[in-house]
Amino acid sequence: MGPHTPTANDAVLVDGGRIPFQRSGTGYRDMLAWELGKLALEGLINRSGLHPSHIELVILGNVIQEVNTSNVAREAALAAGLPDDIPAFTTTMACISSSMAVTTAMDRIRTGQNRVVVAGGVETMSDVPIRFKRAFRKKLIEASKYRSFKDFLSFFKGLRPSDLLPDTPEIAEFSTGETMGGSCDKMCALYGIGRQEQDRYALRSHQLAAEATEKGWLESELFPVPGPDGEFIRHDNAVRPDTTLEKLEKLKPAFHKSYGTVTAGNASPLTDGASALLLMSREHAGELDMLPRALLQDYHYVARKPDEELLIGPAIAIPQLFDRNGISLGDIDVFEFHEAFAGQMLTVLHALQSGSFAKEKLNRSRAVGEIPMDKLNRWGGSLSLGHPFGATGARLVMTAANRLEREDGKLALVAACAAGGQGHALLIERI
Amino acid sequence: MNRRDDTDTTKTGSTRETPSLFRLEREGNVAVIILDDPDDKVNKLNREVMDQFASLLQEVQSDNTVRGAVLISGKESSFIAGADLGMIQAASNREELEELSRTGQKLLKKVEESPKPIVAAIHGSCMGGGTELALACRYRVVSDHPDTKIALPEVKLGLLPGTGGTQRLPRLIGIQRALGYMLTGKNMYSRQARKTGFADEMVDRTMIERAGVEAVRRLANSKPERKDRRSLFEKLLESNAPGRAILFSQARKRTARQAHGNYPAPPRIIDSVEYGYKHGKEKGLENESVLFGELASTPESKALVQLFFDMNRSKKNPFKEHATSVSTVAVLGAGLMGSGIADVSIQGGMHVWLKDRTLDDAEKGRSRIEKRLAGDAEKGLLTKVEKESLYSRIHITDSWDPLQRTELVIEAVFEDLELKQKILADVEAHTGSETIFASNTSSLPITDISKEAKRPENVLGMHYFSPVQKMPLLEIVRTEKTSTKALATAYETGIRQGKNVIVVQDGPGFYTTRILAPYMNEMLLLLEEGAAVEDLDGAMKAFGFPVGPVALLDEVGIDVGAHVAGVVGELFRERGAETSAKADELVENDYLGRKNGQGFYLYNGDKGKKSNKEVNTDIYRFFGGEDRKAIDREEIQQRLSMVMVNEAVYTLQEGILQSPTDGDLGAILGLGFPPFTGGPFRWIDRIGSCEFSDRMARWQDKGGARFNPAPLLEEKAKRDEPFHSGRSL
Repeated sequence: MGPHTPTANDAVLVDGGRIPFQRSGTGYRDMLAWELGKLALEGLINRSGLHPSHIELVILGNVIQEVNTSNVAREAALAAGLPDDIPAFTTTMACISSSMAVTTAMDRIRTGQNRVVVAGGVETMSDVPIRFKRAFRKKLIEASKYRSFKDFLSFFKGLRPSDLLPDTPEIAEFSTGETMGGSCDKMCALYGIGRQEQDRYALRSHQLAAEATEKGWLESELFPVPGPDGEFIRHDNAVRPDTTLEKLEKLKPAFHKSYGTVTAGNASPLTDGASALLLMSREHAGELDMLPRALLQDYHYVARKPDEELLIGPAIAIPQLFDRNGISLGDIDVFEFHEAFAGQMLTVLHALQSGSFAKEKLNRSRAVGEIPMDKLNRWGGSLSLGHPFGATGARLVMTAANRLEREDGKLALVAACAAGGQGHALLIERI
Repeated sequence: MNRRDDTDTTKTGSTRETPSLFRLEREGNVAVIILDDPDDKVNKLNREVMDQFASLLQEVQSDNTVRGAVLISGKESSFIAGADLGMIQAASNREELEELSRTGQKLLKKVEESPKPIVAAIHGSCMGGGTELALACRYRVVSDHPDTKIALPEVKLGLLPGTGGTQRLPRLIGIQRALGYMLTGKNMYSRQARKTGFADEMVDRTMIERAGVEAVRRLANSKPERKDRRSLFEKLLESNAPGRAILFSQARKRTARQAHGNYPAPPRIIDSVEYGYKHGKEKGLENESVLFGELASTPESKALVQLFFDMNRSKKNPFKEHATSVSTVAVLGAGLMGSGIADVSIQGGMHVWLKDRTLDDAEKGRSRIEKRLAGDAEKGLLTKVEKESLYSRIHITDSWDPLQRTELVIEAVFEDLELKQKILADVEAHTGSETIFASNTSSLPITDISKEAKRPENVLGMHYFSPVQKMPLLEIVRTEKTSTKALATAYETGIRQGKNVIVVQDGPGFYTTRILAPYMNEMLLLLEEGAAVEDLDGAMKAFGFPVGPVALLDEVGIDVGAHVAGVVGELFRERGAETSAKADELVENDYLGRKNGQGFYLYNGDKGKKSNKEVNTDIYRFFGGEDRKAIDREEIQQRLSMVMVNEAVYTLQEGILQSPTDGDLGAILGLGFPPFTGGPFRWIDRIGSCEFSDRMARWQDKGGARFNPAPLLEEKAKRDEPFHSGRSL
């Protein structure tokens, strides 16, 4: 790969971070998504010292949308004291929603349409929209047109008592009706990824996250926020430093009860959180006297049929991105991958080093290669730090940039899978 | 955006050639009279406005295609800001002032008695004469916007509402409520306006004109139906003469208690209302004009009107062209002062980095602001999102990193020279070369703080007063080295923070603290002579200070008082003036005032609330025991006020003060010097410099050098000259 020639319109990462991720129902249980987004935007302004009037656009990813704040990016921006005249929109692409926010920002900067964009994401699982069932909703909407008493009498006609039960959203594929954990079980079975491997990988994630937390490496990406008890929330609380293989092995499969291998221990937990990155054109960062830290070089998205290959996306996206940029695995110093499930991570790693996968799925003669574990997710991952769907993509970018600095690397690769059979990869170069 | 800014009016009806201060539009058969003074940001009532309005009224009456008129403002967020006070200042005697009132009344009578209904459509501030004009209208529509404030603030200028306000308001909303507004000058917001019945209708600001037009059409055929919104108790008391007599006498007692007879306006306002009920509205109006003339010619009112002009002037930056814009401020220290400064800064549209040693300390400061904002949101002054958005302008931190790009850093840390020097060095190391450093010290000379500074041209003092949100003064302190740019920028910031700004030269205690020091010193000496705490505070409150000196010392902290005495005391001793060492002694014995619950007054528990002003007699052991001497009230008042006023003259003489006007503003707005006096210098002028100097000399036997008139005062006395040129009050 030849060195990238700097240009004025390069999209560079200047600053960024996230509020500490919290297991759902804990630290942020009283907050709605717009409030979490607000905290992340505030944290970014606080950390960077940038007056918000320099911001030209805000893009936040979000998956489970609260109907009253469907454009949660705008509500968060308004509440965060950003000037009223900064447009804001929300991107949604399942677990890579904030990756979408980041890459959209890249495009706008590289085409000269914006000079300063905030990209990030937000998710709360502490308050998901629980609805009435379809039959009851239909009746309620009809009822708004009722005129006479007789009309009202017809309300219960055709309604069953069970129609009155609440309808809770599931983390499942709409097109197939299958839960994501169930898909992962199938994928693991297909590629021969065993239970113990998965538990080992989960353990590794928790141990690394605990180490990064303890050594303070994560502090460079965490915005402390006041918690509900008057104490500051300074750390992620899904990390289990004391977990052991024995504990993990005891857990029962959560999806396919008899033959499944995915458990609550080797899947990413339901998490609340928000992230925000400050992206600028290289030229404007100089004008504002801000230090660019990383170049967002190139990105790629792919999609597969959402069946047993639901979460294989990264293994498809990475080689295509490599080819376009003329690089190979050996050029990468830092790998930062989204860990939806330990089984999914291992499947992707397996696929990348499989010659048959390369031939059948990638139309390549040779395998992409083996990812050195000492360069992968060294500060933990979604399994341990937590995974607020809409916020994870931007976290990966920030962590990758921070790791490039601490590990003295040049090039980082970010990759993530998402519901709907989609995948994403992004190249970052340290400046 | 106001559609009435659009002068290209092509809607229904014709736009006629209209006089310059008004535009006349037609909405079908209703005239819309738009008051919009092209040369001013707000509309004021002056002769020109009244003349033009009278002729417009005439047009409305004679045009038989018109059924009535809506009066509305063309300004973005102001209806009518009140009468032009220049008219009052220009009047040369009482008769002219009375006449001024009568002229206004005549016009308003035409409005009131117009056979075609005149309706006021109010959005934004509606003050004084504007409110009285609205009262004369047959119907009032107000916008439900928080910018809409209605008030009769004449009392604050030592006046009464002289164009029918004292007659029409009580008849519309009830005597007790009307007195409440007229005796305090407080704002009536939209919701209250609706509740009291002042407003007949409340709608969104975009719809006030439409509602006004519809009201005219309705009223052209019928009288307005208005519900009596008084409580049963109010009705019972107000509906008969004996009830009213009780009510007026109670109101008189209350105002006498509050004003100590220093302010002539409140009793006259009550008189005016009562007269109108005894003799009818017509006679009431005549009497109102007479009383207006009387009040407007009092020295108290003249001082207050002058103060009003001076306050407005102190909100205009004389160095504006040198100022750079400040969008980000850092406040160091999140205590009461620091969080107060942060609060006024966010209100001025700035983003604030509030830094303290730990995040938890910084958060304590931020949560104080949060509480204030939540209170405003509860009152309906802010929406939830507006509140969040204001709150988000405060960024707490324990690190220097985010301060790199801040344009102004204000330190509000503990009063310690070395600490402040260290903080300044830290700030210089972590910020850019343009960053201005301001110290919120109340006494330490800025020159000392900036002794080691790399960029002393960027250093100055910004002395705020506690509580920052309420106290209007900002005293900016410049050193020999402070650049005009830094000064101009600090001034601009102060104005954006809603402050009245004075600029003084550096010196121990600058201006305000410097003149407070001899006042406190004299108080302590009086205690040593045997005076009782309650006598001292009572005397000075009667003199017109909002808080007595002893209670004030408890509030600011006896340690702070001792510190100030340390910084400034040397100056007095050089002049041979005696200083009390009691503050130091008290601090050594752990008497710090309200902050540690050990002071001149008793405080309940650790909350530090005053327990009904009970004196802590225990403290008398430092002042010769619990047997106290009765000291003449006048002696206390004279001695305390004189040393303060005399010190003010010293600061003018030394060039610390730029002008006597700054001295007057600083003492009134920063220290609570009685506003009706016009401030220390106007007070001397009122008494006469010669007489004042003589009065001081009378205390020399007892007080020695403390009562030596400042050389500049002696000079003025010799020539019997005032400090302020121009007409005396």
